[in-house]
Amino acid sequence: MGSCCTHETDQAAATGKKSEPAQARKLGGDAVFRYLTTFFAFSILAILALMLYEMAGESLPAIKEFGWKFVSSEEWDAVQGHFGALPYLYGSVVSSVLALLLATPLSIGAALFITEVAPGRLGSLVAPLVELLAAIPSVIYGLWGVLVMAPWLQSTVQPFLIEHFGFLPFFEGAPYGVSMLAAIFILMIMVVPIITSITREVLLAVPQSQKEAAIALGATRWETIRVAILPYGKSGILGAAILGLGRAIGETMAVTMVIGNAPNISLSLLSPAYTMPSVIANEFAETTSKLHASALMEIGLILMVVTLVVNAMARLLIWSVSRSAKGGAA
Amino acid sequence: MQSVTYRKIKNHLMSGLMLACTLAVLIPLGLIFFHILKMGVSSLSLDFFTHVPAPTGEPGGGMANGMLGSAIMIGGASLIGLPIGILGAIYLSEFGGSRVSTVIRFAADVLSGTPSIITGMVAYTLLVVPMKGFSGLAGSVALAMIMIPIVLRTTEEQLKMVPGSLREASLALGVPFWRTSLKVTLRSALSGVLTGVLLAVARIAGETAPLLFTALGNQFWSKNVLQPMAALPLQIFSFAIAPYEDWHRLAWAGALVLVTVMFALSLTARYFGRTRRAG
Repeated sequence: MGSCCTHETDQAAATGKKSEPAQARKLGGDAVFRYLTTFFAFSILAILALMLYEMAGESLPAIKEFGWKFVSSEEWDAVQGHFGALPYLYGSVVSSVLALLLATPLSIGAALFITEVAPGRLGSLVAPLVELLAAIPSVIYGLWGVLVMAPWLQSTVQPFLIEHFGFLPFFEGAPYGVSMLAAIFILMIMVVPIITSITREVLLAVPQSQKEAAIALGATRWETIRVAILPYGKSGILGAAILGLGRAIGETMAVTMVIGNAPNISLSLLSPAYTMPSVIANEFAETTSKLHASALMEIGLILMVVTLVVNAMARLLIWSVSRSAKGGAA
Repeated sequence: MQSVTYRKIKNHLMSGLMLACTLAVLIPLGLIFFHILKMGVSSLSLDFFTHVPAPTGEPGGGMANGMLGSAIMIGGASLIGLPIGILGAIYLSEFGGSRVSTVIRFAADVLSGTPSIITGMVAYTLLVVPMKGFSGLAGSVALAMIMIPIVLRTTEEQLKMVPGSLREASLALGVPFWRTSLKVTLRSALSGVLTGVLLAVARIAGETAPLLFTALGNQFWSKNVLQPMAALPLQIFSFAIAPYEDWHRLAWAGALVLVTVMFALSLTARYFGRTRRAG
């Protein structure tokens, strides 16, 4: 589209009967406009490059100092100058993966309800509600988490878990309220709207003919979903879940407010923990040494690379579905 | 072959399960709204909009400085982010060769997928360290980095929806290409572009993490963009984790104001989006 139009303008200008200076001015205007938009478009590449360069450059001292020990050591001591990020990696992985395991089935169920089961306009009523909820800022989830959910966990849920499942290593210890469990719950609540709305889009992309074929064979609604809709949307739904994972790993404020911020590696979900974004949020403004700042930068770099890989995977999966849906229709 | 009754029962069971999932999704979110409304309305007062936070231990006070600081930083982020986003989108839709455009789009996607706290770290090393101090300006830059990819992608989509015949009609009348792009192409897509801009503003209005080590926050009135600056989300964060009941109430009130502003923004955005589709 673009290049053909510029070509046409050039032609129009060349064959036009306007006086010489006016032509020059017009061509000049177009050239300036072209350079200006090109500059701004490429500045996005520059921003990303600058970001990666700064993150990598600033983490270099920590990478040189600790090498691979950075991700395998548990010791985080700003005074002694030892920095190992394992507790934060552990906290990030456990909280986001468990939150995702809880959120995905719920989201698929809700998305199926909205698209396939809900009678009449109910579905179109619930869908924008879910979209709106995905836009709530994380500090507000955190506020609710720390002032409402954590006290409730402490007074009700955690004592119950300790009493009935306390023999399991996952539920031993005292009920603190702020804990890994609180972080898992708040992350689950936060990623559910995202996974639900993307899954909904994926399900809407399933061709009508697939459903009709199943219905024509006498399938009930559930059987239609199971044999026609879910297999078709499988990779797209997986993409939605992975996108939720990316969001959960990078989530900062809400998790920082409810996880308790203690660098423990404990099997118990009731004990406080720490994540990569949380330690950056808590310590980066008040670093005690260059090495401390650099270590936090390295955590940021790991975070950035991990979310990049996770998001790229998710987008490829979702893209493959919408592409094949378009191809099928054509 | 399973009996019809069994299949029907299973169908109803599964439908019920999906309904239960939907309720499980909506209930916590309903609870959050309920608490924001309940605690927020009872804590909101005129003081909230006119006063700065009271010193520790004293009752009363408000978040007026936070609201002002947020407005200034959002304005600054828009000044930086909107030209880059919108003109960049014009490049992608009107000029870009396919390979270059793909790379730029990919970069925008990577940027928008990056955790927002990272943009705060980058703004810190680029601005706070050389300028030897936290500042509202650094906060604006961090927010702009979040805004740019959103504006870029939504604007590009809207520009691509403008039919080529409109461009050709304008060019055939002898209007230069740059005027055509701005006055015809961008103008016909304006309501859609505005929707994207409003959604981007709503998004950065609630961002907290990028401001933690750029704007830092301020207990007092702060209008100088070269000084540490208060922001509503930052105040909600620090008041929520403080051990004082009074501060918690202020945090709830702040949350109510923030959510109201964001919903107003996204409803306006939806309104613009709808009139465009209808027209």
